[in-house]
Amino acid sequence: MNCEEIEALKHAYADRELDLVRTTEIEHHLSDCRACSQAYENIRALSSALKSSDLYFKAPALLKRRIRESLGAENKDAPTLQRSNAPTLFWWQWLKWGIPIAGTALIAFLLATSFIGPSTDERLAQEVTANHVRSLMANHLTDVTSSDQHTVKPWFDGKLDFAPPVKDLAAQGFPLQGGRLDYLQNRPVAALVYQRHKHFVNVFIWPATRNSSTTERSAVRQGYNLIHWNESGMTFWAVSDLNPVELREFVELIK
Amino acid sequence: MEEQDKQARFEATIMPHLDAAYNLARWLTRNEHDAEDVAQDAVLRAFKFFGGFHGGNSRSWLLSIVRNTAYTWLQKNRKHEIATVFSEEEHDVEDLAANPEVLLLRKADHEEIMRAVEQLPVEFREVIILRELEGMSYKEIAEMSDVPIGTVMSRLARARKQLQQSLGQRLESGVSQ
Repeated sequence: MNCEEIEALKHAYADRELDLVRTTEIEHHLSDCRACSQAYENIRALSSALKSSDLYFKAPALLKRRIRESLGAENKDAPTLQRSNAPTLFWWQWLKWGIPIAGTALIAFLLATSFIGPSTDERLAQEVTANHVRSLMANHLTDVTSSDQHTVKPWFDGKLDFAPPVKDLAAQGFPLQGGRLDYLQNRPVAALVYQRHKHFVNVFIWPATRNSSTTERSAVRQGYNLIHWNESGMTFWAVSDLNPVELREFVELIK
Repeated sequence: MEEQDKQARFEATIMPHLDAAYNLARWLTRNEHDAEDVAQDAVLRAFKFFGGFHGGNSRSWLLSIVRNTAYTWLQKNRKHEIATVFSEEEHDVEDLAANPEVLLLRKADHEEIMRAVEQLPVEFREVIILRELEGMSYKEIAEMSDVPIGTVMSRLARARKQLQQSLGQRLESGVSQ
């Protein structure tokens, strides 16, 4: 090995990322070459300076507690924790009984508020709306930000067990903003984000179940317009604060 | 019960990496308050997607969500930081191979090293944190940041060069004062 090759591999060598053969070759070279061995020592010195400089920020105890509390809230059936150093066991005791109790209360509530209980579509419409609102609220509109359908589509590869259709509609006034992984009906789904002036449209896509009806349906939830349809074996939900006419126009374009 | 089981599994596999999550968020946002928001947001997101986690490296899995969350946050709040494109030449600093930096580096104190790392461009800072503080392998870093291993290697090389240079300069200017 010559100095040039060492230059290219010295970091991988210092990080012990090389196989035995190359490692031995480099060791051999370093024992003979002052300049390369100095360069290697510099990497080691920097590494140990970084490791010994106390650069690791530990999560504050309050943050940890807050996260655990919001996880309980996220499960929404769990009771709110008291602000105390309650031992974990105590916590689990609460969960153990809290979930069934709250779950029963929830079912009772749903039965009471809806005559025959919510349909799948109804529940899904709520879930879709909630995800749309959350995507705008939590700075999580996109995981991959791109107006290029050839960037967004491959981004989903390996993240989902299906390939969502991705179209850019910039020419039609609905530029693609990007994509995001989301979660609906207990499964990961693709979310595509489009923009119309100041309005965002989330399109949620996942494989349709076998007997899904092909009729298009629209709904309004909390002031958001939703359109739902199935096509080519995929289920689509478009949701936005856009007016119904423009949202319909958008759906026609995406179909 | 399923939900209870999910929470118990989450507690056992993901929650032990809260420090790692916060540390990465802190270095990417360079601010305690924002780091708390990003870390909390990321963990809640991880909980939501936990059904899609089928074993494997739980720390990498959580950190990739922290990373995505932090970049989305930067995109929104400090767009200029990630909008910068780094050309090879622009950021290639003088090779210090022949300079005897070793002794100087040992004298660099906590504050100086901290500032030097904070001043790295975000992609370089990230790779330094993951490699030097988390001890992650090139392959783990590549997988969680969705780039080829070669890119991890070159970012790390350039990040280290830049650190060596800025620490060197700082120390020299410190000496001359």
